[in-house]
Amino acid sequence: MSSEPAADGVGEEPAGDNAVGDTTETADEPPLRVENLRKEFGGITAVDGASFEVADESLTGLIGPNGAGKSTTFNCITGVHEPTDGAVYFNGTDIAGLAPNVIANRGLVRTFQIARELAEMTVLENLMLAPQRQQGETLFRSVLPPFRDGVIEEETELREAVWESLEFFEIDHLAEEQAGNLSGGQRKLLELARALMTNPDMLLLDEPFAGVNPTLETKLLDRINQLRAEEGLTFLLVEHDMDIIMEHCDPVIVMHQGQVLAEGRPEEIRNNERVVDAYFGEQQ
Amino acid sequence: MSTDWFQTSRLTQFRELLERSDVALVLTAMAAFYLLFLGIGAILNYDVAGLISILGQVTFFTAVYALIVLALNLHWGYAGLFNIGIAGFMAVGVYTMAMLTAPPTGSPPGLGLPVVVGVVGGMLAAALVGLVTALPALRLRADYLAIVTVAISEIIRLTYNSPAFSTFTLPGGIALGTGGASGIGTFPSNPIQAVYYVDPSSAASGATPIGAAIFGFFEAVFGVVRSAVIVDLTYGLVLAVVVFLVYTLLARVGNSPFGRVLKAIQEDEVVAKSLGKDTNRFKIKTFMLGCALMGLAGVLWQGFGTGAVYPQAFRPELTFYIFIAVIIGGAGSNTGSVLGGAVFANLLFLLPQYLPNIIEQTFSIQADPNNFIAAVGPIAAGEIAPLLGYILNQRLPALRFVFVGVLLIYLMQNRPEGLLGHRTETAAAVDLSEGHTPGGRTGSDLTAPDERGVDDE
Amino acid sequence: MEPYARGRQLLNDQPGLAIVAVAALLLVGDLFAKLLGGGLTATRFGGFVWDGLVIGLLIGLAGIGLSLTYSILGFANFAHGDYISWGAFSGWAVAYLLAGIDRYAAGGLLLIGAGDGPAPGDVGVSITNTPLSIVAGLVVAVGFTIGVSLLIDRAVYRPIRDADGITLLIASIGVAFALRYLIVFFFYSGRQGVTDISRVPAYEIGGVVINAHELTIVVIALVLMIGVHLLLQRSKLGKAMRAMADNRDLAQVTGIPVEGVIRTTWILGGGLAGAAGYLVVLTQGTIAYDLGWLLLLLIFAAVIMGGIGSVYGAIVGGLVIGLASRLSLIWLTGDLSSFAEPVAFGLMIFVLLFRPEGIFGGVSTA
Repeated sequence: MSSEPAADGVGEEPAGDNAVGDTTETADEPPLRVENLRKEFGGITAVDGASFEVADESLTGLIGPNGAGKSTTFNCITGVHEPTDGAVYFNGTDIAGLAPNVIANRGLVRTFQIARELAEMTVLENLMLAPQRQQGETLFRSVLPPFRDGVIEEETELREAVWESLEFFEIDHLAEEQAGNLSGGQRKLLELARALMTNPDMLLLDEPFAGVNPTLETKLLDRINQLRAEEGLTFLLVEHDMDIIMEHCDPVIVMHQGQVLAEGRPEEIRNNERVVDAYFGEQQ
Repeated sequence: MSTDWFQTSRLTQFRELLERSDVALVLTAMAAFYLLFLGIGAILNYDVAGLISILGQVTFFTAVYALIVLALNLHWGYAGLFNIGIAGFMAVGVYTMAMLTAPPTGSPPGLGLPVVVGVVGGMLAAALVGLVTALPALRLRADYLAIVTVAISEIIRLTYNSPAFSTFTLPGGIALGTGGASGIGTFPSNPIQAVYYVDPSSAASGATPIGAAIFGFFEAVFGVVRSAVIVDLTYGLVLAVVVFLVYTLLARVGNSPFGRVLKAIQEDEVVAKSLGKDTNRFKIKTFMLGCALMGLAGVLWQGFGTGAVYPQAFRPELTFYIFIAVIIGGAGSNTGSVLGGAVFANLLFLLPQYLPNIIEQTFSIQADPNNFIAAVGPIAAGEIAPLLGYILNQRLPALRFVFVGVLLIYLMQNRPEGLLGHRTETAAAVDLSEGHTPGGRTGSDLTAPDERGVDDE
Repeated sequence: MEPYARGRQLLNDQPGLAIVAVAALLLVGDLFAKLLGGGLTATRFGGFVWDGLVIGLLIGLAGIGLSLTYSILGFANFAHGDYISWGAFSGWAVAYLLAGIDRYAAGGLLLIGAGDGPAPGDVGVSITNTPLSIVAGLVVAVGFTIGVSLLIDRAVYRPIRDADGITLLIASIGVAFALRYLIVFFFYSGRQGVTDISRVPAYEIGGVVINAHELTIVVIALVLMIGVHLLLQRSKLGKAMRAMADNRDLAQVTGIPVEGVIRTTWILGGGLAGAAGYLVVLTQGTIAYDLGWLLLLLIFAAVIMGGIGSVYGAIVGGLVIGLASRLSLIWLTGDLSSFAEPVAFGLMIFVLLFRPEGIFGGVSTA
C-alpha cells in the first residue's frame, strides 16, 4: 500500500534535528501531546486551553458538538494556523508555529474535513504527488540526462504503489478521471489514500468516512488497525458517526467550546453526564 | 462524388493530425506564415534577396517571441506567478552580457570577456535578480506580485538609464558602464557571423570557406548578391533550434515530479504544503529558471538580433506585448506558447509593418493630412481619401495597439483560455496508465463501478 | 528589564516598523544637520516640500478612484492612468478652444496644437489670463472621463462582472492600450506645451516660489477631497460601498443596489481621475499621451501604501509618495537624482513586504 520505509528510503524520519523548544525524548513520550492550546480569531476564541495526549499506535477518537474547535485544533497542530498560545509536542519536539510542510516532513500528516482533492489533476496524479522527498522534485534531477533516468525509475516504482493503493481503495476504475469529477465519497477516499501515500508516522483524519459505504468502511478500518499493528502508525480520528467511535476508538477525547471536556474509554464517555449535556445542550 | 468524399477525408485526416501532433501544428502554422509573407513580398515586388530577407524576419521574430513566451509561460502557466516585469529581466540579461564582453577601452568600458562567458553571465545575473525579487514577493497575492514586478522592472530600467552608472569604477579599479540613456553601442557581433566571415565583426573581411560556398550557391541559383540576408536567415534558423531546445527543457520540467508539485501549488498551495512540499522553494526555483530564460531571450533578441542595448527598449510595453502573446496561445501549454508567439509576431507585429506599403502599392493613396480634423473634414464633401491617408501614413502603429487592446478585451470576455488553453498534460515522467487495466477486480463485485462503495454528493 | 524585553519583542514582531522608525530618525536627524549646517537652505527645503505637496495631492486625487475601484470592483485597474490622460486631453481641448477661439480656427485648437496648430505662447492659456476657459476645461475633463468610465464599464467589465481579479486586470490592460493609443490617433504622440508660462504669475512666500497654477491645483484638489469625504460620510452611499467592499454577494442579498454602487464608484473614480489629469497638465505645462501611464505606478504605490479601499489612505499615500519623491532629492544629488522615482517604488515594495494591508488597511472605505 503506502511505500515501505525500508525499501526505498522515502519518508524516513530525520534524526533528532533542530528541536524547537522542549525536547524530552523519554521512552514514554506520546507521539502527540497538546498543551494548553489556544487559538483566537479576532474576538472569537476557537480553542481555549485544550490539552490532551494521543497514545502511541492508538486509534484515538476526537469528538464534540459542532463548533467545539476540533478542526481548528487540527489546523493548529498541522501548522495551517499559528496557535495564539500553547505548545504542540510531536515525538517530544514542540512544533507549534512551524510551517505545514515541515510538520508533514516529520511524519505528521492530516486529511481535510471537506476533501481538498486537486480537482484539475487526475486521480493518478493526486496520488503520485503524495510520497515525500521524491528524487524528481529537484529541478536538476528532473531535467539532466543522467539523473532523469533515476527519476524515471522512481516514478515507475511509485506508479506501482499508486495502483495498488487505488485497487485497495476500490477507485482504480477512476484512475484517469480528473479528481474534480469524483463524487463526494470518492473524493474522501482519494484524500485518505493520498495521506497514506505520504508514509506518515501519525495521521490526523478529519471525518474520513463521510459518504463511504459500510463494507468499504470496515475494510478501511481493518487496514488502519493493520497499519497500527504492523507499521506502528498512530491515528487521531475526528468523527460524527458514534458507531465508529464507540466500536473502534480507544481512548476517546471529547471537546466542547474549545476545551477538552472528557477523555477516556468509549464506555466511560458514553455514560459521562457532562458529555451528554454538551451534545443535548447544543441541540436546544 | 467519390472525389469529394476523398477530399473531405483528406481534410479530416489532416485536422486530426493537427489535433494529435504539436509538431505538425506548429509546422503548419509556420508554413502558412511563410506563404503569407512570400505573398506580401511578391506584391511588393521584392527580388529574391528581399524575399529571403522577409523570410529571415519571420523566422527571427517568431523564434524570439516564442522563446520569451515560453519563459513567461513557465512563470504563469506552470507556477501561477503573475510576472509582468519581463522587460526588466531581459534588460538584466543583455546589459550584463554587454558589460561583461565590452572591451576595456570601449565606451562605455567593460570586462572584455569572451562571448560565451557573457551569455552565461547574463543568464545568471537575470536569475539572481529573479531570486532577489522572488524572496519577498512570492508571498504576495497575484495582483500585488504583478504590481511589484512592474515596479522592479521600472527600477531596473531607470537604473540602467541613470547617468550615475553611465560609467563607474568597481573597487579594484575595474571600469564598467551602462551608457546611461544612450545605452551600450558596441555589442559583440552575432556569433553566426563567425561561420560566414573571417572576421565576425566585419563583413568586408571576406568569407570563410563555408561562407563562400553558401554565398556562392545562392548567387548562382537565385542571383542573390546581398550576403547579409543569408546570414540573418541563418541566425533565425539557429534561434528556431534554440526554441526547440528550450521547449524540450520545459516539457521535461513539466512532465516530472517537479512539474507535478508546481501544478498542485497552482491549484491549492495549502494541500501541497500539507503533503510536505516546500512550496516556496519550488516557486523560487521556477522563478529563477524563467528569469534566466528571459535573460537569454534578451541577449538573443536585443543583443545579437537588433544589436542595440538601450533603456528605452525595455519599457513595460514590451512586457505587455509578450503577455498578449501568452494569452492568445493559452497559459499552461508549451505548444500554445510557441503558437501564441508565432501568431503575435507575424500577424500583430510584422504584418502591420507591411500593410501601409501593400495598400499604397495597390491603391496609391496620396493624401497625407497631419491631423485628425484635416482627415475627417473632407468626409462632409464625400472624400474619404484624406482619412485613409491619415490612417495609413500617420497612425497605423497607433491603431495596431488599439486593435491589440480590443483583442485582449475580447479574449478575456470570450476565450480567456486562449488558443490552446489549459492543456491537461499529465505531470509525470512516465506514462501513468501503463501496465494496468482499471477495474480488474474479480469476485463478488457485481454492482456498476460508480455505485460501488460510495455515496453521491 | 521590562522595557528592554518589551522593546525586543516589538522588534521581533514588527521588524518593518522598527526599520521605518530607525530610518525616519536617521533621515530627520540628517535633515536638521543639513538645514543648520548649511548644506540645505530653508528655501530649497520649502521648495521641495511644496513640490511634493502639489504632486502628492494630485496622486492622492487620482488614487481615490483607483482605490475604490480596487476594493469595490475587485481588481487592479491598469487603465486608470489612461482615464487620467483622457481627462487631460478632453479638458484641455476645450480650454484651448475657449481661450483661442477669437483668434484661431477651432480645429487646431481642439486638437491642442496638433499638426500645424497654434503654439501655447500664442494661445496664452493661463489662470489669470483666461480663467473661464480653465474652469470650463476642468468641468469638461471631469464630465468626459465620467462618461468614458461608465461606457467602458458597460462594454468591458459588466459582461464579466463575476470574473476573477486577474481576468479583469488583463481586460483593463486591454482597455489601457486602446484608450492610450486612441489619444495618439486623434491627437499626437509627442509631448506638447500647453500653458503659457510667461503669463502665470508667481509669488514668493518665505522665499519659496509658488506659482498661481500650483495654488489653483491645491485649492481645487482640497475642495474635491472634502467633497468626496462629505459625500461618503453623510450619505448612505458610504455605508453601501463599505458593505460591497467587504462582501459583494452578501451586500446583494441584503438589498444593496450593487450595480448602482458600481456606477457611483466609476463616476466618483472617473471624475476624480479626469480632474487629476487636467490639473497635472496645469502644473507641468505640457501634455502627452502617456502622462497618466507614467503616473500609474506611483498612484498604485500610493494606494497600496494607504490601504486599498480607504479614501483617506489614498490621500495620505499620495502625499507620502509625492513628498518622498521630492524630498529624496535632498540626499540624491547630481546624477543620483534620477533615482527619486525608484525610491518611491522601493517604498511601496517595502510596505507590501511588511504591512500589505497598508497604513489604513483593514479600515474600509471612508
